[in-house]
Amino acid sequence: MTMKITIDLEACKGYACCMMEAPDLFDIDDATGKAILLVEHPTEDQREQAERGARSCPANVITLQQIG
Amino acid sequence: MVVVGGSLAGVNAIEGLRERGYQGEITLVGAERHLPYDRPPLSKQELREGPSVGHLLLKPQSWYDERGVELRLGARAVGLDTRDRHVIVEGGDQVAYDGLVIATGCSPRRLGQPEAGPVHVVRTIEDATALHGELRPGRHLVVIGAGFIGLEVAATARELGLHVSIVETAPAPLTRVLGDEAGRWFQEYHVDRGVDLFCGTALDTIEVTATGTRLSLADGTVLVADLVVAGIGVTPATDWLEGSGVTLDNGVVCDRSLRTSAPGVVAAGDIVRWHNDLFDETMRVEQWLNAVEQGVHAGHTLLGAEEPFAPVPYFWSDQFDAQVRFVGRADAADAVEVQRLSDRSMVALFGRGGVVRGALCVNAPRQLARYRLAIQQRVAWGDAVGVG
Ligand SMILES: Cc1cc2nc3c(=O)[nH]c(=O)nc-3n(C[C@H](O)[C@H](O)[C@H](O)COP(=O)(O)OP(=O)(O)OC[C@H]3O[C@@H](n4cnc5c(N)ncnc54)[C@H](O)[C@@H]3O)c2cc1C
Ligand code: SF4
Repeated sequence: MTMKITIDLEACKGYACCMMEAPDLFDIDDATGKAILLVEHPTEDQREQAERGARSCPANVITLQQIG
Repeated sequence: MVVVGGSLAGVNAIEGLRERGYQGEITLVGAERHLPYDRPPLSKQELREGPSVGHLLLKPQSWYDERGVELRLGARAVGLDTRDRHVIVEGGDQVAYDGLVIATGCSPRRLGQPEAGPVHVVRTIEDATALHGELRPGRHLVVIGAGFIGLEVAATARELGLHVSIVETAPAPLTRVLGDEAGRWFQEYHVDRGVDLFCGTALDTIEVTATGTRLSLADGTVLVADLVVAGIGVTPATDWLEGSGVTLDNGVVCDRSLRTSAPGVVAAGDIVRWHNDLFDETMRVEQWLNAVEQGVHAGHTLLGAEEPFAPVPYFWSDQFDAQVRFVGRADAADAVEVQRLSDRSMVALFGRGGVVRGALCVNAPRQLARYRLAIQQRVAWGDAVGVG
């Protein structure tokens, strides 16, 4: 089972909660103040972090998809 | 399982329960009649544009349907019987539970001066709708209390073209949370954007007159307002728990895993006072991300998990074009280092007992990531100050 993370950067408000919760997967762009996705396909070990990151986004713009 | 309090912590408790495989019944009892919605925009963009429940819902109706959650909205809990395990709802109905999550959050403090006339607060969508209707350009708004919500309301109103004054008893905004030097930064920031700040003086009398609400301050200043907002803090909504056997002390007292003193009862969100092992400190945190994490954690605990809840607290605030981000704790700091990076960005570090415990970053996202790690790893103060 593979996972895919996507961020709707248009709607990202730069709250940085994603980075706080899942620093291995998300970072913040200094110039734009918006999120940077570090890992598009997290491993099974990173699943919990990915879920936490998605849940913690106040703007609700992070989605996790199960692909294959 | 029963969750009382239909807001951020309650919704995430449901998430925590279902995520860990709990398949039994869940009932959500909430005093407000709306589906659970989000509060931070109520002092920011939704206050500017006029709040709409549609924009603010935490989850759509289908989310509750899919998780088989029975919703009892518009139902205020008025009592709790921890022996027979049931919640008493206004009107007398009893809701029995095997496990209970207390997530009734906080209510805003009011001025308590009847002669003040209508004074706005901002906690619910109704509050924000009422205030939005009054925010017309050219009017004079007086905000009492320069805390985060007061400053956000002031900034939003200023952007809408109102004259804005803030009255604060401390010498500068946010000093109780962030200390004098960081507080002065916020003072300058708001004054530069046309907000009048009256700090270091208390509100003496307030009365409604023919020309507006007249506020006399202890230092002799008199302000005449078209509308008044009180941002003077909140108190935990624990009234329904009096005499229930759940230990209360400015909130619901919980152990390190968020269990209350009553068997089968956990708590989450703004209402919780618990011991955070990472900071070795008993704290109550009125912040969005805390309510999310505690909600999920409390759900897990109710299903038998034992892990302690010990995160680095984090919150944000937006005022004018300042993206304010704070990670950790600033209270009782014995060392503070403020770095002004430019006229619109700054970093303030807070240390205690030789380690870094908190970092305030305004328009400085990169620093935020580094300091969070430093706080979690209890980096020595001298090393942390050098990291930036
Ligand atoms: C205007 C505003 C702006 C904010 N901005 C930010 C921000 O920028 N960043 C940040 O980190 N945090 C912010 N916060 C804080 C954040 O919204 C709170 O931390 C969060 O809402 C806490 O969630 P909660 O579920 O614990 O409690 P609450 O949101 O207070 O919800 C408690 C719910 O329980 C209900 N209830 C109370 N008593 C009873 C009862 N007896 N029976 C049944 N139901 C009951 C209430 O009606 C309410 O719906 C802001 C808050 C406000 C009000
Ligand atoms: S938490 Fe959401 S809004 Fe905030 S930076 Fe991350 S993706 Fe953007």
